Amino acid sequence: MQLNGRHRQPRRWLAPAALALVCGLYGTASRTDVLPEDRADALVTHYTGGGQDINGISFLVRKKIGDHVSVSYNHLVDIVSGASIDVRTSGASPYRETRNQDGLNAAILYGKTTYTVGFSHSKEPDYQSNTESFGISQSMFGDLTTVSMTYRRTWNDVYKMLCIMRDEAGACVEKEHDPAFGVKDMDERSYGVGLTQILTRNSILSANFEVITDQGWLSNPYRSIMYADPTSGSGFGLAAEVDPSTRTSNALGLDYKYYLPWKAALDLQYRFFSDTWHIRSHTAQIGYTQPWRNWTFDGSFRFYKQTQADFYSDLFTSANQQNFMSRNRELSAFNSYTVGAGATYEFHVPHAPWINKSTANFRVDHFMFDYKDFRDALLIDPTAHVFAGAEPLYTVQLNVMQLFLSVWY
Amino acid sequence: MRTARRLLGLAAASCLLCQLCGCSPIEPWVKPYERERLADPIMAFDRNPVSSAYMDHVFEVRAAARGGNGAAGGGCGCN
Amino acid sequence: MLTRWTRSGLMALATVILVTAAHATGDGPAPVFSLPARGGSTVDLSQFKGQVVMINFWASWCGPCRQEMPLLESIYKKYKPLGFTLLSVNVEPDQKDAEGFLKQTPVSFPVLFDAKSKVSGLYNVQGMPSTVFIDRKGNVRLMHVSYRPGDENLYMDQIRTLLRE
Repeated sequence: MQLNGRHRQPRRWLAPAALALVCGLYGTASRTDVLPEDRADALVTHYTGGGQDINGISFLVRKKIGDHVSVSYNHLVDIVSGASIDVRTSGASPYRETRNQDGLNAAILYGKTTYTVGFSHSKEPDYQSNTESFGISQSMFGDLTTVSMTYRRTWNDVYKMLCIMRDEAGACVEKEHDPAFGVKDMDERSYGVGLTQILTRNSILSANFEVITDQGWLSNPYRSIMYADPTSGSGFGLAAEVDPSTRTSNALGLDYKYYLPWKAALDLQYRFFSDTWHIRSHTAQIGYTQPWRNWTFDGSFRFYKQTQADFYSDLFTSANQQNFMSRNRELSAFNSYTVGAGATYEFHVPHAPWINKSTANFRVDHFMFDYKDFRDALLIDPTAHVFAGAEPLYTVQLNVMQLFLSVWY
Repeated sequence: MRTARRLLGLAAASCLLCQLCGCSPIEPWVKPYERERLADPIMAFDRNPVSSAYMDHVFEVRAAARGGNGAAGGGCGCN
Repeated sequence: MLTRWTRSGLMALATVILVTAAHATGDGPAPVFSLPARGGSTVDLSQFKGQVVMINFWASWCGPCRQEMPLLESIYKKYKPLGFTLLSVNVEPDQKDAEGFLKQTPVSFPVLFDAKSKVSGLYNVQGMPSTVFIDRKGNVRLMHVSYRPGDENLYMDQIRTLLRE
């Protein structure tokens, strides 16, 4: 009997809670799905191009513990030497730097649900990054569908290196953190949802939507903007870039795999990206995998196209033209084409029955970047009538080589 | 109209709930014993995770786009 | 009085329970079939009437299936003298893959080839691997989906129960 005319709040949480409880009980009773396989990989990488040489080594070890948990540990070292065009344009000299990264990851499987949790730490002299990530994935509809959600949070500390000692040639031999710059921080959060659907006996489709939001100091301490300066001999001046302190981006990626009747696989990928800096990009990739006896061959072609950030310009009219200014080529309009090929050889390890499978792999990727509004400032030479803003557009080619060994046990 | 919508919502909810609970009113059109091609390693989205993580890093460092490339699930369907 | 939400919730709950109940343990006579076996002969289920039969549906591409094979071999050796038989049904369209695996993991129980998925369909196989227990009278008593370490104990319990009948 309602005494004061107001309805009692129906107990809306009761029914869904009861369902969740029943579901939980039934869910744990049904047993499906598998944890990732136990494996170890050791990778050596060599990146060359654009004035830089980056050599890396990385390894990963993954092992099941009991029936429900699989853990993995990975360690990575990158040694960067040389100087990209951006570094050389700003007047800095070639350098050599090492980055170390460690990651720990666990996957926990109960019934049809897999929970993942991961931590990673990356450290180089001027950049420290910590990441924590969580994910949950659920398979349903006779295991034809998998739905997943991920959350990732990254905290970065950015420093700027200052050269305090040079050798006779002028190359920097000792650096320290620039006290004037101090330390700036940046916080990134990523939210992702994914759906993987088996379409037919021969095909499977995966869709992923990810929102990433950044906050804090988002500029690059080594990137400068160029502005027209008639008073200077070169015709231009350099100043530090200033990026906005927030950025939110959306990316929707699709990946379709098709099994070809002669035992090969076709892979088609597409991703659309857009962000609050008004950058829009399209990524399209086609890949082909062909096994043959003990070998597996891979080939791929990737096309990437992006538009520029709304505060990007190759040459500003003055050092204070606007609040946010950047000449970072990664935020400029460009097309990039990547051709890749790889070969895998499966071999047998003698006297090691605990090894199920082992492979030796080699892969090369060749990148071509075609910038639409980023010019090669090193070619500016007023005496030769090559003025700032009219120098040739920059193009660069990169080669990335990978050699790795994988073992399943 | 409202009853129809409510029934539809109820059907959808029961269906989803059934999936989460392990029963299956929708018959899978690819049977568990028909998954041999999907279970083939060449059909895996990420056959070499260490290698693809490295390439993803290279792509991300050299361009503005990031995200949208994870994939979970697929192939084996082994229970 | 039940609110609209509670009523809907209870209806959904009832649906879940009813649908789940329908998928519970086995019922009725085991569908008969005859399949080609490894070695060239043909095996018919009816020739095992009076024995306890365990049918294991497997494939070489299925990790848990490969994992349980050696355990099925020891179960077979242990209970065969007591009136038990294990029929291993490989569901792959190409026999080569199964033969390749069996060369590395030899077994002594009969391996049958269901290349056209006729028997998998008859038994409404819901997952890989699937293990069906049939009693001496030819009725399906239990259908177990999946393999987790420790399930072999469940298999042995079921076999012992059916052997005692």
